[in-house]
Amino acid sequence: MTEFPILTLLVLTPAIGAALVALASKRHPDLVKITALGSSVLTGGFSLWVLFAFEKGNAGFQFTSQHAWIRPWGISWHLGIDGISLFLVVLTGILFPLVIVGIDSHSKSMADQKRYLSWMLLLEAGVMGSFISLDLFLFFVFFEIVLVPMYFLIGGWGYEKRVYAATKFFLFTMVGSAFMLVGIIATAILAKADDGRVTFDLIKIAENADFAASTGRWLFFAFAIAFAVKVPLFPLHTWLPDAHTQAPTGGSVILAAVLLKMGTYGLLRFGIYLFPEAAVWSRPLFFTLATVGILWGAIAATMQKDLKRVVAYSSVAHLGFIVLGTFALTTTAVTGGVMQNINHGLSTGALFILVGMIYERRHTRQIAELKGLQKVAPIFAGVFMIVMLSSIGVPGLNGFVGEFMVLIGSFATARWWVTVAAAGVILAALYLLWAYQRVFHGEPDEANKDFAELKWKEASLLLPIIGLIVFTGVYPKPMLDRIEPSVKAFIEHVEQHSDYQQPAPSEPVLEVGEG
Amino acid sequence: MFADTLQGPSVDWFAMSPLLVLLGGALVLLLVASLTPPWPKRWYAIFAAKCAIGAGVLSLLLWHQIDKEGATTLVGGALVLDKPAVWIAITICVAVFLCALVTDDYLRREGIDGPELYALYLLAAVGGVVMAAANDLIVLFLGLEILSIALYVMAASHRKRSESQESGIKYFVLGGFSSAFFLYGVALIYGGAGSTNFNKIVAVLEPTTGSDRTNDALVLAGIALLLVGLAFKVAAVPFHFWTPDVYQGAPTPVTAFMASAGKAAAFGAMLRVLLEALPNWSDDYRPAVWMIALLTLVGGSVMAVVQTNVKRMLAFSSVSHAGFILVGVEAAAHRPGAPMGGDGVSSVLMYLMIYSVLVIGTFAVVTAVGRTGDAATDLAGFRGLAKHKPTLALAMTVLLLAQAGVPLTSGFIAKFGVITAAVDVHSYAIAIAAMVSAVIAAFVYLRIMVSMWITDEEASDAAREEVRVPALLWVAIGASVAFTLAVGFFPGWLINITP
Repeated sequence: MTEFPILTLLVLTPAIGAALVALASKRHPDLVKITALGSSVLTGGFSLWVLFAFEKGNAGFQFTSQHAWIRPWGISWHLGIDGISLFLVVLTGILFPLVIVGIDSHSKSMADQKRYLSWMLLLEAGVMGSFISLDLFLFFVFFEIVLVPMYFLIGGWGYEKRVYAATKFFLFTMVGSAFMLVGIIATAILAKADDGRVTFDLIKIAENADFAASTGRWLFFAFAIAFAVKVPLFPLHTWLPDAHTQAPTGGSVILAAVLLKMGTYGLLRFGIYLFPEAAVWSRPLFFTLATVGILWGAIAATMQKDLKRVVAYSSVAHLGFIVLGTFALTTTAVTGGVMQNINHGLSTGALFILVGMIYERRHTRQIAELKGLQKVAPIFAGVFMIVMLSSIGVPGLNGFVGEFMVLIGSFATARWWVTVAAAGVILAALYLLWAYQRVFHGEPDEANKDFAELKWKEASLLLPIIGLIVFTGVYPKPMLDRIEPSVKAFIEHVEQHSDYQQPAPSEPVLEVGEG
Repeated sequence: MFADTLQGPSVDWFAMSPLLVLLGGALVLLLVASLTPPWPKRWYAIFAAKCAIGAGVLSLLLWHQIDKEGATTLVGGALVLDKPAVWIAITICVAVFLCALVTDDYLRREGIDGPELYALYLLAAVGGVVMAAANDLIVLFLGLEILSIALYVMAASHRKRSESQESGIKYFVLGGFSSAFFLYGVALIYGGAGSTNFNKIVAVLEPTTGSDRTNDALVLAGIALLLVGLAFKVAAVPFHFWTPDVYQGAPTPVTAFMASAGKAAAFGAMLRVLLEALPNWSDDYRPAVWMIALLTLVGGSVMAVVQTNVKRMLAFSSVSHAGFILVGVEAAAHRPGAPMGGDGVSSVLMYLMIYSVLVIGTFAVVTAVGRTGDAATDLAGFRGLAKHKPTLALAMTVLLLAQAGVPLTSGFIAKFGVITAAVDVHSYAIAIAAMVSAVIAAFVYLRIMVSMWITDEEASDAAREEVRVPALLWVAIGASVAFTLAVGFFPGWLINITP
């Protein structure tokens, strides 16, 4: 009996939805919207189903499905999900319907609106595919195809400098992919099985291949460049503020919440998993770049005049934490990093939604032109405050859990970097609170006097996100229970294939407490 | 009385049938059309397309025969009948078919309808097929000249546009030079090997049989000159200077033909010369091919970026594509012993097929958007296309993304094949250079897409002639988009059948 192909549906549902929306008649606007919403909700439903059917203690890949695709090249449609990818899939499944229904694209015409929705759904298919592919070729296809809808979303529905930002985004990412493609092909060819058959299967290559140290390092860097651009890691981050600032609100939310995660996820799933030796060897480099990114992002965010750019640079800093945790290679740090992917997706996604709302009301994002909003829109300010505190990493909200785990887990293997990076936590409080203070405190001037309060529709868009922020902040156990086994298996894989040994976990501290 | 002294070679007429159909079609078209009153609308185009289909079907039958009986030589060892030759013949037939469809309405729009251009397509195809099947340098040169002379005339065939005349003259003068280089190279090789037949050249220049390598200098110089001649034909840097002017000036359907059939034939010939005639010298010419490939990749894509005319952009992009194909040739040159069958060769052949269909589709859209007189081929001509002709804009977008090598299009499969071949022989540097230059080229395609989808129309645009897409043009564009996507999603069958 073949299992129900739930993962295949996660990719195909939005893809078919995109095609249907593109083909639908302009004369039936409702039909277009219902199709778009329906397919994204259905995908979200599938992702939730995966979440609930996911076997908790199982560290391996679940719901796998494999079909030959390009036989002569040993390429197959191989999908699977484990604790590392599970919540990224769920996040994608939840956010897309919210963005599709909740955020106005400001399309000029029905034809435009149709295109927007179609690109959105295609984007969802690509993102889903990247998170569940277990074949190098297939992953590359999804990783690369994502560029096209995102390019058109930024270029078609963005702000003044949208073409510049979209092109920069496309080309930066593509340069990284250029290296990765050569890396993928070289990996497959060098890992050729004894019978001379090439395979692009991730698991087969990771388990069987034994690259010479120098070869593995070259290949690792070919992969790492692509992911470092996507994350983005300092100093390859310069496309991000432009893309974020110029993208339409919906695009920014998706970009921050899930697209960047393709980088951190890729580093973990493909970079470190395939080349553990090289990853262990290059840790100091990534620690340094991540730490510089944390501080650089924080300092740059402090200096921004545009509220959206503040959030964009805060992303650079947050993603630095995730990379730091990923390369620390202790169970706690990697679990924290994986979790922080989701936390950042929720909090930064929500921040972009809120900034988008401010722009819709005031047609400006300049901090200097906003003032005293708290007086006229206290609920709006309150919501903004919660999301912002989550982004800062205040205990009780989700951001704290992930960041704390990253810092504590990395301390054993990256002590001095962590010491410096911890300053980033304080800086995050500085730039966000300062921005909040300038925008929301004080007496509203003439222009801001009529700032509208949060509407029901807007609240219903933000409520699920805030719910998740609070829930994971207070009770992260269900999430950790599902992530941790996979991370443990992952670290074991690294230990087997390199001379790295994870330092003894910090459990003794707890035992002392018990004794 | 000559029967005793001149022993004619035996001729396998069936094996030559595709050539004969193309040649016969050209002659019949010219002869009959000049004796009869003008044919009804579309008849010329349909006749040429049918000849192409006929030749293509015969090639498929030959393919089947080779499957059963193996490769052979024809006409006393002048031509060779093997899978790469037939593959290129099929590619050229496909190109003639699609180009005939594109040309039909173009000629009527321009008011120069007539049989000549179609006859020239068929003649050029004869030359191309001969080039790819040649087993003798002189035969190869004959094919080269048949193709080239037809192309010179085709480039100049729009009598009402001075740009077309100019491009014809330019191509003719520079092409004449390159033919001279090639011919001089043939002469030097003959001097070194004592024959122009590939098999004999290989036998004489075989290093192990202890032939005197004193002729080294002669042969090396010959190889260099041959390379110049061939590099000119495939438009490789630094022999590409004719490309932008000729591509821009020539009637757009002719440009499509040059970029598809012309390139396929020239690369077919290059594979023949380098791998069949001179496999023992691969260590000598491989670095040159490597260097030319690198220059072509980078030069083509960088120069494409600064253009504002879409035809010139696509001209430089085709230079960049030639660089990609050269990467495959370089990979093939690592394994010259493999009889026309290494990964490099099949990646080149697949690239040629995919690119031919792709580029004809792209130029078909440019034909429509160029409007009367090919007047609106600059970027501004594409402004607002998405609003007025969304389907056409979407088709162009698919084709451009394929040219950029985005996954799920045939262009990605083509690039993937070439890069795999290069990585397989450890040519990592050129593989990375190729991919990075693809990114630069992508910028060019993005500019065209921006113009179609994003740039707002200006007030003066309303006065422009409307873009018309007649039925046959739709067929050509639709076919090439369908092929692009079909190969992009399910490339297995194409990879399997590529020799």
